[in-house]
Amino acid sequence: MLTRVKSKLKTFVGGIHPADDGKSLTRDRKEVTPLLPKTVYLFMSQHIGAPAKPMVKKGDIVKKGQLIGELQGFISANVHASVSGKVVDVIPWPHPVTGMKSPAVIIERTEDDTWAEGTDIVSDIDSISPEEIKQRIQWAGIVGLGGATFPTHVKLTPPKDKTIDTIVMNGAECEPFLTCDYRLMMDKPHEIIQGLRLVMKCLGCRKAHIGIEENKEDVYRLFKDIVSNDPNIRIDLLEVKYPQGAEHQLIKALLNREFKPTQLPLEVGAIVVNVGTAFAVYEAVKFKKPLIQRIITVTGNGVERPQNFLVRLGTPVKLLLEAAQVTPDVNKIIFGGPMMGISQASIDAAVTVKGTGGILVQRDAHQWESHACIRCGRCVDSCPYGLNPSELSIVCEAKEFNLALENNIMECKECGCCSYICPAKRPIVHLIKFAKAEIAKQRVKT
Amino acid sequence: MENQSQKDAALIVSASPHVRDVDSIPRIMWAVILSLIPAGIAGIFTFGYYCIYVVFLSCVTAVVTEAVIVWLRKVSVVNTMKDGSAIVTGILLAYTLPPGVPWYVPVVGSFFSIAIVKHTFGGLGNNIWNPALAARAFLQVAYPAVLNSDWRVLTEHGMHKIVHSIAKIGADGKLVDAITRATPLAKESGAETYRLAELFIGNIPGCIGETSAIALLLGGVYLIYKRYIKWYVPALYVATVFVMVLVLPPRTVTPWANNPMYHIFAGGLLLGAFFMATDMVTTPLTSRGLIIFAIGAGLLTALIRFYSGYPEGVCYSILLMNTATPLIDRFTKPRLYGIKKVKKG
Repeated sequence: MLTRVKSKLKTFVGGIHPADDGKSLTRDRKEVTPLLPKTVYLFMSQHIGAPAKPMVKKGDIVKKGQLIGELQGFISANVHASVSGKVVDVIPWPHPVTGMKSPAVIIERTEDDTWAEGTDIVSDIDSISPEEIKQRIQWAGIVGLGGATFPTHVKLTPPKDKTIDTIVMNGAECEPFLTCDYRLMMDKPHEIIQGLRLVMKCLGCRKAHIGIEENKEDVYRLFKDIVSNDPNIRIDLLEVKYPQGAEHQLIKALLNREFKPTQLPLEVGAIVVNVGTAFAVYEAVKFKKPLIQRIITVTGNGVERPQNFLVRLGTPVKLLLEAAQVTPDVNKIIFGGPMMGISQASIDAAVTVKGTGGILVQRDAHQWESHACIRCGRCVDSCPYGLNPSELSIVCEAKEFNLALENNIMECKECGCCSYICPAKRPIVHLIKFAKAEIAKQRVKT
Repeated sequence: MENQSQKDAALIVSASPHVRDVDSIPRIMWAVILSLIPAGIAGIFTFGYYCIYVVFLSCVTAVVTEAVIVWLRKVSVVNTMKDGSAIVTGILLAYTLPPGVPWYVPVVGSFFSIAIVKHTFGGLGNNIWNPALAARAFLQVAYPAVLNSDWRVLTEHGMHKIVHSIAKIGADGKLVDAITRATPLAKESGAETYRLAELFIGNIPGCIGETSAIALLLGGVYLIYKRYIKWYVPALYVATVFVMVLVLPPRTVTPWANNPMYHIFAGGLLLGAFFMATDMVTTPLTSRGLIIFAIGAGLLTALIRFYSGYPEGVCYSILLMNTATPLIDRFTKPRLYGIKKVKKG
């Protein structure tokens, strides 16, 4: 049976097969442990775009789900209180993604955990209008929960000259070690499909296509049963390969459409919605619950009990690590997975944000010694975007930024395949990030 | 540079990705060394224990030269030694030498390959030409008589014996004929042809590591299995020579002049195809580039064998294609994703 399926698995050109996908650490732990922190730190910027504006001040009493940060401009997203309690401060706090200090509302929780007024109301989603769906999504502060954190309501507002004919739902979860999407798909398949249908309705889009990596065949069968009587929702198994869940690779595999790395999927008439996002849409539209919590995988060999947690936004990472029984000799803490995650400088300050799907804790993190490129060409073969990472790393190292631009550095999505596969252990992504930052600085100057 | 611990002294902060493939330069190089062992053993069987001495001298010179140079260049000596690349060069150079060469030939050649060909360009990864082959070409010019001789003679018992100096052979009048043949491909050796089975096993005149096709195939297949070399490079190289031998008009009257199998198994083609045309550093980056490289090397090998004064063309053909590699790279850039026409529907 498996071989028959394998022969028609869809995929893309390039990419890598990580030796240890680490998913077995957490995959079969069915319970999702809820965590209630004493204090939450809610950044006004948990999305791509303009930071939200704080709507509360020190000393205010807020309730769970209450709007505390209002979106500013078109590409921005609301932020809601994830616990009920008292605002103890509104100050800049070190952001786990940018590493810079960024305004955050700090709330101390009180025992009362009831929803704010105007939230937690059941609606009839069959009679709801597309405009109403979009308004609720915008109100709920939903962003792409696959990690990119692009505001979802913006995605649902394509330019007038673009038509979206297919919604692609991402159930690939190609990032090693993470199982938060897997857990959600196993636990809430009906809700996710409902969320997908709401997105389709919102855009007036008739077709949807779901991609699931082959290592989650149980999810595939579950979803297949649910959508079996709906000819408009297709579902396909994908080859297990990183970065199968990235927008470009997912759309190539499912729809065989290509667009430039710098372009958005709407250029080829598609938008991509992560399963977590679809679930958040369902919760927001059906129950009028804003995005205040998500599943986070806490895993790696630095924790005794790797598992998935249901975590309120802004929860201190320390609490998560304690709950997962962190070992004392941890030497690396990564927000996200091992391929694209961001390593943290401090355990004390780090708090979760909307885009945090996992926390990877390593106790034996290597510091690889890099060597001159031996031109093996593996990076070139693995680059899903047709770049020459070998050449890029060399020119970036030499600070030849014009040559880096000539070699299309801006098309790089920093997926990390090249660095992963490099036998010379060259820090290719590091060099590319560095060069991009320098190029941005130069552009500001001129 | 990549890592710098900050406040929480124990935490490493570095750019993604945070996991790496297990393959490393040392792993690749030691696998290449392992894959070269069968050919060496075959060489010892064919030519005697003196081969070990030649390989040993070549390797020791390579390692010592590299150690001294990286020390002078203030690079970590230990790390450079660990990667094993000097030993690979040492072995490969020794394998391209006739079995009975005087001790100074591998020493001079090995020094040249590491000091001049490899390190004047910046060491591993930066050299333009394959160090072993460039050194072989240098020795060809420096000691032509030594390199063009067959050091293998038959004793009265029908056993092979290596004669260690030209003088010795020259003194024995009977052996003068034998010494002019370094390879069965030599045009003068028209009278004597070898059966395919002999060529395959390697019981023929030639250089230390090039004669046994079966041993070279064994090593080559291992490297292909480990994915350290791409199968189509040796395949296309050999196939191109095969086709060229069939189509080119013969220049000699030897019975094997247009026998492609003879051309594949009698000279250094398999050693070159599996171990030199597949050298990562001196060949193109992309698969399209490698295809051009392999076919180009095949064409040049056949042309040199047919139309030049040299019986053998593998060394120069690969060196010439090494030279063309930056150009090939320039014209075989991978297609940027999404640049071709966008498909709708």
